[in-house]
Amino acid sequence: MDRTNGASLKIRASHISKVFSNGKGSVEAIRDFSLEVKEGEFLCIVGPSGCGKSSFLRILAGLMTPSSGKLEIQPGEDTSKPLTSMVFQEYAVFPWKTVLENVGFGLRMRGIHKAERHAIAQSWIERVGLTKFIHAYPHQLSGGMKQRVGIARALANDPEILLMDEPLGALDAQTRMVLQEEILRIWEERRKTVVYVTHSIEEAVLLGDRVVLMTAHPGTKKAEFPILLPRPRDLKVTATPEFGELTYTIWEALRGEVLSAMESTGAGSSKGVG
Amino acid sequence: MKGRGTAKPLGALVLLFALWNGGLTLFHGWASLWWLGLGVDFLLIVGIAELLGKMIPPAYAPLYRRSLSVSFPLLLFIAWELLVRGGVLSPDWFPPPSRIVQALWELITKFDEFSKTSLLGRPWLLPGAIGGSRTETVEELLAESHLYATLMRVFVGFFLGAIPGILLGMVMGVSPTIRTMIDATLSAFYVLPKIAIFPIMMLIFPDPFGEGPKIAVVAISVFFLVTINTMVGVRDIEPVYLEAGRNYGASGFRLFYHVILPGALPVVFAGLRLALGTALIVIIAVEFVRAKTGVGFLTFYYWEILSPEKMYAGLVVVMVLGVLLTAGLKKVEQWVMPWRRP
Repeated sequence: MDRTNGASLKIRASHISKVFSNGKGSVEAIRDFSLEVKEGEFLCIVGPSGCGKSSFLRILAGLMTPSSGKLEIQPGEDTSKPLTSMVFQEYAVFPWKTVLENVGFGLRMRGIHKAERHAIAQSWIERVGLTKFIHAYPHQLSGGMKQRVGIARALANDPEILLMDEPLGALDAQTRMVLQEEILRIWEERRKTVVYVTHSIEEAVLLGDRVVLMTAHPGTKKAEFPILLPRPRDLKVTATPEFGELTYTIWEALRGEVLSAMESTGAGSSKGVG
Repeated sequence: MKGRGTAKPLGALVLLFALWNGGLTLFHGWASLWWLGLGVDFLLIVGIAELLGKMIPPAYAPLYRRSLSVSFPLLLFIAWELLVRGGVLSPDWFPPPSRIVQALWELITKFDEFSKTSLLGRPWLLPGAIGGSRTETVEELLAESHLYATLMRVFVGFFLGAIPGILLGMVMGVSPTIRTMIDATLSAFYVLPKIAIFPIMMLIFPDPFGEGPKIAVVAISVFFLVTINTMVGVRDIEPVYLEAGRNYGASGFRLFYHVILPGALPVVFAGLRLALGTALIVIIAVEFVRAKTGVGFLTFYYWEILSPEKMYAGLVVVMVLGVLLTAGLKKVEQWVMPWRRP
């Protein structure tokens, strides 16, 4: 049943640790975290707030270096393609660039000339349904539209691996559902390798081929769940008993962690899980 | 319906306003009670404006608000004019607005044969000078204009201060090492009143009474403000934009050009606006102290020869300059940062 059987390894992270230190002391964000991701796999990392999942993603993106451990990413046949492109929770769409310039940004940095760049960007803008806003600046867009720009920017860059850091975390529930379906639809077309960080178990089960559970203080891998729900999926899958069972199983594994995290931080944060 | 409810109190307030002012005038109360008269008038006007605002249909509300902000200062001028004409305020200290306007007109249109200068010089001779049919050169004619002198000092000083300020601020924002080295020194210089270094500038420049020291003081005042604001602007860029820039392949100069520079621009322009105002303050102060030209000199000169309405006219010119320069900078800002246009 495992669709990724036989596919080559894309990411091999072995015993990754990350320690942040300042003058007063140090915080261990990630401890001995190992992970393998296959080519074309949609991997979701779920964990309570502050469990180091965003830090791990930044290590994958090359924005941070691990304190110890080894990270291997298998480059593609076309070495001019970027290894990773990231979609950020805060959108990180440049306010000073139009939708077209934002989506074409990665291509421009790679030196792809204007005509080709605009053609690629336009086709992605069309696919996320923003053609009417192609020359708009981000301040004219809603949160959901901004994140569509963020997703289009990452996909237009055609990376080996798509990294998504709680991309729907800042959106309202309805917009989130619309974008979940959009992500599913776009991913089914290409089956690009994705590492998707979220604190919503439902989102992880809906989108992923596999869910990795992370624990906090320090962040490390607690459990792994293969998601064998049939593809192509859409939101209808959330109404099936299998979906409910998987979600609850993962929640049971996570619950203890969340409770202990709340106790260790005092009264407990307002951020829920899922 | 709501309007009808406020019509009666409105009428009462207008009547009260008329009675109060009429009564004070009739019984010659203004001379001794002018402060009370004005205070009560102000309260009555606020009441009338408030009630009128409730009667205005919502569609006209913005127009009404704008007309309020224009008509209140106008009302102040009228009160000023009346108080002087009524003999309550001395025209020696508070020349009436009508005479200030008249003085301003004279400053603009008449060439003062005695001091050989006017606000604009003799621009009507310029076509002849350019054509070569006059003995005066264009430079000589421009030198007669006090407005030109002040504007030149502000512009040249502003650019000479702002450009290095932006460069140093950017470098300090990007490099923690340079920031740590310079920050304390910069803060110490920042709080120093720039007019206090004018004597040093006069020592440094070969011609202490020339344009050099004056422009230098303006440039230095602008430099510190712009440097500090630019540094803050660079440091306040959301880290996630830098991460996005790096993740999408920008580094070095391209990261600077595509992310850091546009990200810092709003705060840089806030600094430039502050600096422009400060430049005007500093140059007028310098011209008060030691200059033979400029709007500041003109204002002080008319104090010395006891011509208060022309002194006031000079102040009006400074205010108008401030408003126009700020508006001009605002236009530049909109042109440079089209993404912030509403």
